[in-house]
Amino acid sequence: MDVFLQQLINGLTLGCVYAVVALGYTMVYGIIQLINFAHGEVVMIGAMVAFSVIVALNGSGVPPPLIVALGVLAAIPICMAVGYSVEKVAYRPLRNAPRLAPLITAIGVSIILQHVALLIWGRNYISFPQIIPNETYHLTSSATSATITNIQIAIIVLSIAMMVGLVLLVYKTRIGIAMRAVSQRPDVAGLMGISSNNVISFTFVIGAGLGAIAGVMIGSYYGIAHYQMGFMLGLKAFCAAVLGGIGNLAGAVLGGILIGLIEAFGAGYMGDLTNVCTLDKFLPGFTALCEANNNMAVFGSSYKDVFAFIVLILVLVFRPQGLLGERVADRA
Amino acid sequence: MSLLTLSDVKISYGGIQAVKGINISVAEGELVTLIGANGAGKTTTLKAISGMLKPYTGRITYDGKEIAGKPAHEIAQMGLALVPEGRGVFPGLTIEENLLMGAYHRRDKVAIAQDIEVAYTRFPRLKERAKQTAGTLSGGEQQMLAISRALMSRPKMLLLDEPSMGLAPIMVQKIFEVVREVAAQGMTILLIEQNAKLALQVSHRAYVMDGGLVSFEGRSADLLHDPRVREAYLGEAA
Repeated sequence: MDVFLQQLINGLTLGCVYAVVALGYTMVYGIIQLINFAHGEVVMIGAMVAFSVIVALNGSGVPPPLIVALGVLAAIPICMAVGYSVEKVAYRPLRNAPRLAPLITAIGVSIILQHVALLIWGRNYISFPQIIPNETYHLTSSATSATITNIQIAIIVLSIAMMVGLVLLVYKTRIGIAMRAVSQRPDVAGLMGISSNNVISFTFVIGAGLGAIAGVMIGSYYGIAHYQMGFMLGLKAFCAAVLGGIGNLAGAVLGGILIGLIEAFGAGYMGDLTNVCTLDKFLPGFTALCEANNNMAVFGSSYKDVFAFIVLILVLVFRPQGLLGERVADRA
Repeated sequence: MSLLTLSDVKISYGGIQAVKGINISVAEGELVTLIGANGAGKTTTLKAISGMLKPYTGRITYDGKEIAGKPAHEIAQMGLALVPEGRGVFPGLTIEENLLMGAYHRRDKVAIAQDIEVAYTRFPRLKERAKQTAGTLSGGEQQMLAISRALMSRPKMLLLDEPSMGLAPIMVQKIFEVVREVAAQGMTILLIEQNAKLALQVSHRAYVMDGGLVSFEGRSADLLHDPRVREAYLGEAA
């Protein structure tokens, strides 16, 4: 039971990060039907910038929570500027091009951003400074019970706050209503005096801002950063957005949390479930081997990355519109 | 003085020259109609005025400024509001949000709220459904919403593209009552309509378009009795 509870907490934490990143994918898709594959790199840049600020200020006498806050505050505008520029330079000229063109461009932008980061921060894994001491809390008085750390609590609380903030922005503000108007009828939005270009830029900027914070969260959680970290994270968040129904905000949150949970439980139980020694009854041939070592898992937790993609394949086969998406005719 | 002038405007649309050099002018406070068969170039003309299409030659002057080729949102901000063909409501936005989008470039929150009330008084149906999404409305209700939304920008001039299209006769009557009412308050209106008789009855002047050109123009009352117009557009024997 403790393993279950522990993986639930881990999965929820990870799922919150995926959800925040998936929101960036789904917002952009909702407004211009583009899968912005460079979004994962924006998240990576957020982590890297925060890392640089934290390292520079560490030991300068500034209190650690303030240093982390400054790292986040530096990462947000830089990521926003990257998101804005990418849209303006790479995607806007292709606004009326066939859909494959911006998609391939997005992959190109992703590679460019990775290599810019490689030039700035190098090719090695960077250990993210843990300047706020990691505190672990047991959920019950038992010393073997499931635990939650202060970082996990911070990630979950901050993610929920950002999701609520985004929903308020999109459903309650003038610019938010305009975002939905542009996504539904871009031609008519112009007749209302709405500049679609400005609204699209705004969407990229907000998505990048969320991505920056997600980058700092994932960096702090794993304690490492790397110029390629955005690639796998971005793909998983993309899977999450598709699982929930791409273009749908609630879907991105649901998909993100589900992918996080599936991955955590998969990683937690995969070893036990594929341990040939537990299958001894059916496969007597392993008896001798298992006497020496009774943990002969075929697949270990290092296979955790496959789950998001298994989910992606299942969704595409059985419910291509996603859990909360509606089946709509392709607008091309 | 003329508020809107098109001089020698030619527009290509999808590789076809849909408008082949037309001259149209609308004076302040006038209700002018543009009638003609399907494919005569009426909608294309309106799209060019509102900035959705760019004419390849000719001048479009609005309120003393050249607007041909300007982006749609800039033209809208100058006080020229188009109610597009097929109504063009935002289907996933509520009635209220649609109206708010009509007032997008206004900042006077109090006056915007007042104008929403004016719209609700004009069309009580919209008030009943204020929190419903526009996609759930009937065609007639969507047309009410589209016209109200255009008026939310407090435009100087209103362009209406086929407001009667696909509506039940009783709804057409209601919509045209409102067009009359708005015109009587001094709004300048350019109306495109396939129902030529109705259009000529409400308007001051009319242009008849045929094959991308203006074939007749004149006072609506005269055109109503013109044998050529009667035969070709009013479905009556000359």
